[in-house]
Amino acid sequence: MPTLSPKDLPSADLAAGQLEQGHSLWSDAWHRLRKNKPAVFGGVVLIALALLCFLGPLFSQSYEIQNLDLGAAPPSAQHWLGTDTLGRDLFARILFGGRISLLVGLVASVVALIIGVTYGAVAGYLGGKVDTVMMRIVDIMYALPFTIFVILLMVFLKDPMQKVDAWLSQYRWLSFGQGMGKILLLFAAIGAVEWLTMARIVRGQILSVKKMEFIEAARALGYGPGRIIFRHMIPNILGPIIVYTTLTIPAVMLLESFLSFLGLGVDAPMSSWGTLIKDGAEKMEEFPWLLVFPGSIFSLTLFSLNFLGDGLRDALDVRASKD
Amino acid sequence: MLRFIARRILETIPVLFVIVTVTFFMIRFVPGGPFTAEKAVTPEILRNLEAHYGLDQPLWKQYFNYLGSLLHGDLGPSFKYPNRTVNEIIAEKLPVSIELGTEALLVALVLGLTAGVFAAARRNSWLDYGASGLAMVGICVPTFVMGPLLVLVCAIHFGWFNASGWYTPADRVLPALTLGGYYAAYIARLTRGGMLEVLNQDYIRTARAKGASELRIIFRHALRGGLLPVVAFLGPGIADILTGSFVIETIFQIPGLGREFVTSAFNRDYTLITGTVILYAALIIALNLVVDVVQVWLNPKLRFE
Repeated sequence: MPTLSPKDLPSADLAAGQLEQGHSLWSDAWHRLRKNKPAVFGGVVLIALALLCFLGPLFSQSYEIQNLDLGAAPPSAQHWLGTDTLGRDLFARILFGGRISLLVGLVASVVALIIGVTYGAVAGYLGGKVDTVMMRIVDIMYALPFTIFVILLMVFLKDPMQKVDAWLSQYRWLSFGQGMGKILLLFAAIGAVEWLTMARIVRGQILSVKKMEFIEAARALGYGPGRIIFRHMIPNILGPIIVYTTLTIPAVMLLESFLSFLGLGVDAPMSSWGTLIKDGAEKMEEFPWLLVFPGSIFSLTLFSLNFLGDGLRDALDVRASKD
Repeated sequence: MLRFIARRILETIPVLFVIVTVTFFMIRFVPGGPFTAEKAVTPEILRNLEAHYGLDQPLWKQYFNYLGSLLHGDLGPSFKYPNRTVNEIIAEKLPVSIELGTEALLVALVLGLTAGVFAAARRNSWLDYGASGLAMVGICVPTFVMGPLLVLVCAIHFGWFNASGWYTPADRVLPALTLGGYYAAYIARLTRGGMLEVLNQDYIRTARAKGASELRIIFRHALRGGLLPVVAFLGPGIADILTGSFVIETIFQIPGLGREFVTSAFNRDYTLITGTVILYAALIIALNLVVDVVQVWLNPKLRFE
């Protein structure tokens, strides 16, 4: 049962003023979201960070040029956030690292979204034995420690990815420089383990709309299963899907940084927030800023994503549940 | 109830079997073996090594040998630690991880439940905002940032604790706080959410109408139902916490199982990987069973389903 408190409802005069225009679920949700200060804060910070990370490196100093004479210097007017042990500008490295971390978070979540929604929808729609088997597989995968799975996948696909890398580097506009293959690998590996919860959520939602009249009507009109699932069912359960996707992105970014901590992240001279934090943690006794700045930016991003996700959940009135 | 438990235990056998099979074959399809990384291994030595560990036999035979010894509770010899069995390694490292895990769990439960209950009881007050905000910080600052920061402040700057090591009782404080704090944040959020949901229900209003005190309402009436989401989270959560955390054990130099988990995958130590995965999976399955039983106990509605 969804919990409604007076706070969640549009106030009486507001509702009266809007009645003539009529308002959909989405405009309602947008309205509620805009009144949720933490969510708005999260959204604004995310947009600002994304702009900074994707446009910033065009104007900032180089992330890879070393200055060994300078070494690790504390923040100064020239290098706002200081430099790392090789004299590279930390601000530029954080911006560049943000590109990769945000991109990994976004793309891997989309991979997880596509796999999870398709899998869950098929299981829920077909039902019966197929559903039982498909969900049992998900249960089994839940019991596997995902880190080992990802590590094995990363090791397993290392050689093929180097070939992809060589091929990609011919096309400068596609590539982020050396190591694009490894980033693609990160997308795939993380996406491949993060779809499980999405599949469960979507299956549950599909089960609940399956018996509704409009689905019966669609079936009576002779539509096939593909059309019914993707044109009729999914649009009706977009709320939970959107909410869960926004909450998957921080989980994915955490996983990426954890893999970087294991040394499976992108290779130098590239950086991601995970690799910056790892390097910073190793040198923190002498040069604490190397840990503090990347750590804060990373946490701020997760903060914003979670606030936005929570806000969306309240705005779309999705029940908070794990299954 | 007993029949329910018995059925669930029987159901886990095929699941465990599938997990063993999948892990066994998955690692062996990864290119390179446990001995490929070692330098200066002549082909003869390699052949001898492989013969010693039975790796020269066909895959299906290795598989059935492994299953056979597994039925006797034998997880086989480690490939990377000479003359040691996986059973010995687990018996040596697991207690350390369990000790740290128990302490962290204690921190997590005490901090998380208290913060969650208070935040829900005083919804939208400064207490709520403070507790919820702190919980959000706990979730968003990963352990590999929090751990080094705690070391930097408490060990290096103030010198209250050793920066790493696992000898004196004081060495337990920072790792338990780092690991437990992370889970405390989750528990606080789930407790708050669960309590708020319950506090809106009719039977709470009835209890209020009958004049029950606020304390009695929270602890006697609401807590049981409000804890359901926490219990569901604790199932896999406890398995994670007890089998050790690679990050925490690396930062604080703790000789636990969490590090073996990850290094065995890098080393292609086939038997050690499979052994730790089986341990973890069995623990998750067992704890999920406990969770189901506890949920039925907490929520009488489920008893009739």
